[in-house]
Amino acid sequence: MKTSGKKGLGIIGRVVIALLALGYAYILLRGLIDNPVLFLQQVINGFQLGFVYALIALGYTMVYGIVRLINFAHGDVFMVGAFVSYFAVSYYGVTRLKVLEVFGSTLGPVVGTGLVILMAMAVCSAMAVTIERVAYKPLRNAPRISALITAIAVSFFLEYFASLDFVFTSNFIIYERPFDLIVWSPIPGVTISNIMVIIVVASILFLLFLQYIVHRTKMGKAMRACSYDKPTARLMGIDVDQVISFTFALGAALAGAGGVLYAIAYPQLIVFMGIMPGLKAFVAAVLGGIGNIPGAFVGSLIMGQAEVLSAGYISTTMRDAIAFTILIIVLIVKPTGLFGEPEGQKV
Amino acid sequence: MKGRFLGQPWTFWAIVVVIFAVVQVIFLRDLVTDYIQTVIQYACVMAIVALGLNLIYGFTGQFSLGQWGFYAIGAYASAEITYTYAGRFSRPIDLGFTTIDLGSTAVFLFAILFGACLSAAISFLFGLPVLKMGGDYFGIATLGFTMVVKVLADNSDKLFFEEMKGSRGMVGIPQLTTWLWAFLFLVLALVVMRNLIYSTTGRAMVSVREDEIAAKAMGIDTVRYKTLAFVIGSFYAGLAGGLYAHLYAFLHPSTFHFVKSFDIWIIVVFGGVGSITGTLIATFGWAALLEGLRIFLPSGTETWRFVIYPVLLLLVMLLRPQGLFGGMELGFLKPPRWPRRQKSAATEN
Repeated sequence: MKTSGKKGLGIIGRVVIALLALGYAYILLRGLIDNPVLFLQQVINGFQLGFVYALIALGYTMVYGIVRLINFAHGDVFMVGAFVSYFAVSYYGVTRLKVLEVFGSTLGPVVGTGLVILMAMAVCSAMAVTIERVAYKPLRNAPRISALITAIAVSFFLEYFASLDFVFTSNFIIYERPFDLIVWSPIPGVTISNIMVIIVVASILFLLFLQYIVHRTKMGKAMRACSYDKPTARLMGIDVDQVISFTFALGAALAGAGGVLYAIAYPQLIVFMGIMPGLKAFVAAVLGGIGNIPGAFVGSLIMGQAEVLSAGYISTTMRDAIAFTILIIVLIVKPTGLFGEPEGQKV
Repeated sequence: MKGRFLGQPWTFWAIVVVIFAVVQVIFLRDLVTDYIQTVIQYACVMAIVALGLNLIYGFTGQFSLGQWGFYAIGAYASAEITYTYAGRFSRPIDLGFTTIDLGSTAVFLFAILFGACLSAAISFLFGLPVLKMGGDYFGIATLGFTMVVKVLADNSDKLFFEEMKGSRGMVGIPQLTTWLWAFLFLVLALVVMRNLIYSTTGRAMVSVREDEIAAKAMGIDTVRYKTLAFVIGSFYAGLAGGLYAHLYAFLHPSTFHFVKSFDIWIIVVFGGVGSITGTLIATFGWAALLEGLRIFLPSGTETWRFVIYPVLLLLVMLLRPQGLFGGMELGFLKPPRWPRRQKSAATEN
């Protein structure tokens, strides 16, 4: 039995992966050549999905960077964001408030949506901080596996609790879009919708906002310090507990916003909707280098493209398998991801 | 003391035979409903899967989310074989109180062993590159594996065999799992696991869990033992999958979604990480709880089970993370008492 501890694979493994990658590239290239306009449309759709994944992936990567925990419940925070927006829009009619008519009939609902996003962010942050205090904080010094199992347990609890009849029920819920879908066709065969534009713009704004917080505020500095070395950060006078809660809150806020945008783009909700996007965003975060914020963003865009192009050119039913195969290959070839740094082991 | 078989004294095997006979008679006389009979056998199947997971996670400390994927592989592979061949070799013999069919039983045994070996082989290949990664990454990779297996099951009619019928579910599997096989394989699994744990191999695996770097420093080839644990655990999962397929005679890909593997995690964590007794008791406790809740909870509130499970798991993780029997064993599963040392080696004959 081969027992060496060499990094990566032997020659056979490398050949297999190279062949898979080449095959994949070939299929895509053929698609591009056959019908470049369709390919462009797929790429645009992929960006829409990729940006939503980015909002979720950022939360995963920030939390991992600071507490080395894969927060499996993050996908469910995303789901809650979507449901909050559903209740805000359909039950409480936030986007149809009188006060918004100041902005006119087209811009009013958009501003209302902005309000809904803020509401979702607030609710999701509060929820994440509660989860952190109740479930993760007591296990901060436990082996990481315990925290992982707890995260999975929290995720299940959120999903099934929400699926109870007096909460969100386990049915599919049709979401009523707060504003109408408008499509343009700048090039024949390519459609862009206002929702797509809003998603891309909002995601970029959130990313810039996050970069600002992480690199230009004191709290951001504290976050970065904690991600390097928590005990030393504590010695420097940083309240590590507060920083951790803040990180969870920030990540959840982004995921909540992502939930709202996702619901607007794909207007069908169900309590289990967070599982797959959560997992895929997680793959994206790993792809970019878990713990690395720009990496998570790039990884998400790549995942969005991979998913849409695989669905289009290979098979819709296999697209999840392809996403996870990408994950496995990335983990085998470069576990630290595109931008990650390897973590040394302390003896 | 008379001889030992597979490391256990004849008294142990006598008890095993008695338990088997008692339950078999209960079944044959229909003293319990068919449904309960199936549940008991299902509990045996789940116990085997849980034992495999306990070996990988409880004893060797590798966080593998892939157990369910190997369960699926064992199930589908064995089902395909019996589906195709059991009919051809079937030769029923009527014994009065029951009918036995040596031909199809032989195919069945071959099929489940094949399924188990296939799972083991795939886990070996998958483990080669993946086991070298740290705990978190290994968990993620195995999660990806389980997801991929589920999607492959959904597409099994296009990718593998027509009769697997993809997401419509595979039917027509001969219902060949009986109390005899479920119990026999469970007992064998238990005995083998126990013997493994109390051997040098088992001690090496535990050392990997305790402190991998120290183990390496002591000259233990951690990759080898991690791989061994992973392969054996997957073998168990594949075996159990085969038994499962022939118990309910129906396979649907939704059974093999990763989220459904939560049950065995509860069993392993709750019963006691690194405790064979704990896993065994927890499995039957879980089966009892499942059925008990089904009876006691008014209909329509069955989803509350899935709300209660994670809360229970959470409580266990927070209050007693090593589980009920963490590190403890009972009965024949207790560590063997080694004979006393002789005064000097020279006096040994």
